[in-house]
Amino acid sequence: MSKMELRLAGSGGQGVILASVILAEAAVQSGKYTAQSQSYGPEARGGACKAETLISDDPIGFTKVQQPTFLMALTQKALDTYTRALPENCLVLVDEGLTVPENLNGHRVLRLPILRTAKETVGRAQTANVLAVGCINALLGITDMETLKKAASLHIPRGTEEINLKALAEGVKLASAVPGEGNAPAARSEKKKGAKQ
Amino acid sequence: MDQVVLMQGNEACVEGAIAAGMRLFAGYPITPSTEIAELSAYRLPQVGGKFIQMEDEIASIACAIGGSVAGVKSMTATSGPGFSLKQENLGYACLAEIPLVVVDVQRMGPSTGMPTSPSQGDVMMARWGTHGDHPIIVISPSSVTEAYYQTIRAFNLSERYRTPVIFLMDEIIGHLREGMQMKEAEDITIVNRPTVQFPDPKRKPYHMNEKKGQMVPQMAPFGCGQRYNITGLIHDESGFPTNSTEEAEKLMYRLMHKISDNYKDIVRYEQVNMDDADVAIVCYGGTMRAAQTAMEMARAKGVRCGIFRPVTIWPFPERELTAALGGLKKIVVAEHNCGQIVLEVERLTRGACPVAFVGKYNGAVITPQEILQKVEEA
Repeated sequence: MSKMELRLAGSGGQGVILASVILAEAAVQSGKYTAQSQSYGPEARGGACKAETLISDDPIGFTKVQQPTFLMALTQKALDTYTRALPENCLVLVDEGLTVPENLNGHRVLRLPILRTAKETVGRAQTANVLAVGCINALLGITDMETLKKAASLHIPRGTEEINLKALAEGVKLASAVPGEGNAPAARSEKKKGAKQ
Repeated sequence: MDQVVLMQGNEACVEGAIAAGMRLFAGYPITPSTEIAELSAYRLPQVGGKFIQMEDEIASIACAIGGSVAGVKSMTATSGPGFSLKQENLGYACLAEIPLVVVDVQRMGPSTGMPTSPSQGDVMMARWGTHGDHPIIVISPSSVTEAYYQTIRAFNLSERYRTPVIFLMDEIIGHLREGMQMKEAEDITIVNRPTVQFPDPKRKPYHMNEKKGQMVPQMAPFGCGQRYNITGLIHDESGFPTNSTEEAEKLMYRLMHKISDNYKDIVRYEQVNMDDADVAIVCYGGTMRAAQTAMEMARAKGVRCGIFRPVTIWPFPERELTAALGGLKKIVVAEHNCGQIVLEVERLTRGACPVAFVGKYNGAVITPQEILQKVEEA
């Protein structure tokens, strides 16, 4: 596997750091190397927030994203900021409410109802970050669903397991509904696992 | 069996401290060190230890010193602004020979600077921050795993030499999460301070058997039955102040030499691909990660590049760097400040080879490309 460089961006309080931590945990639980970091302002809520997860089969030197292979943006500001000079092969996932800037013409951009599904289907807006994790894993095939659930359970607040696992599953559903994602790597690897048994 | 867990640098520091025997943490939270206080508050009660949030950073180090005097391994943690405040009591702990670990997770300064941005601007403050000549040990980790094991070493050294040890992290490692290799508890060496076996009111608290080559006095924990005086004034073996120039020289000589004479036990460094290197990158702490990638990029281009990394930055591994100078055509020093360790490297190279500098002080991290550029420049 080549190196994955994931960047998640949004507004402070949306939980993008936690999402990035769960993805890093999923990588460690799958025996991969990972480096997770974040940058944010001094505010507790609001303000730009960026979290990064590197995943690799080899030990990781530089711990920051240099050539993102995946970008998720949950706010317009985050999208506009981090899409400058984006490598061509970078997959971009944005919330449906955002306007995709022109410089992303030529990129593969997925606009999915992340925030709305969390609020309306899962029933709690705060689960959007975990929902996004489910979606990202289904798109990128970082790990299998069981490991992802375990990774999420290790980091979400106690007592919120049920609603967050629901969000995780809804995220997977969102990704599988995307045309051309029927054979996403995650789906493939799960099938393989099933075949072995 | 060794297992890999996802952990943050700050968390690894706490787990290492607890493994080393820390049972008191006194602190005042400050970004980017806050997770150290947070996790200490959670973990210490589980192992029978105590966490106290003090009213400020000065009180925090004073409390940790008090805990250590009572025989409990103690730690405090802060960032630049708090580290400034701790300097006075740091000198007190040096002179009174109180084992103590002080963590500084560096952020952009001066003053409150940029709280969430990386920096390595406290390197010289860690060495010279408190007034007067004084011994100091400063350790800087460059991975989460190293944060764990070097925190254990920081405690061990502070106990063995009865001296404060500064654990100088930076935001890059403090806030980095990565897989950490954990050893079983029995594979970890724990050092405890030299302690008096039988409290004796007649025993001088700073007495030493110099004929046996002893350089660190045995400590009697407060509460054990032996009452004695501890002071920040120059004192003799009785622990009481003295104006004797003879006693002053004796004490100062011993304080400095208990560290310098044990150079080999204290100093740690890492060399990567230095055997055939034409160019050496000298860096420490979180900057190592960019240097590793820069070195790989340089090697891929056919440039024979290596890395020399002090793990203890004070005392600086000067014998080893000097020994490595032989075949070098250039040294590139990379650090997140306007130039601090580069001065030490220039002092040691004495013009034997050119020293280039990559310094960043705008709150952003040094990239591998920035180091590579200096490596490649003729």
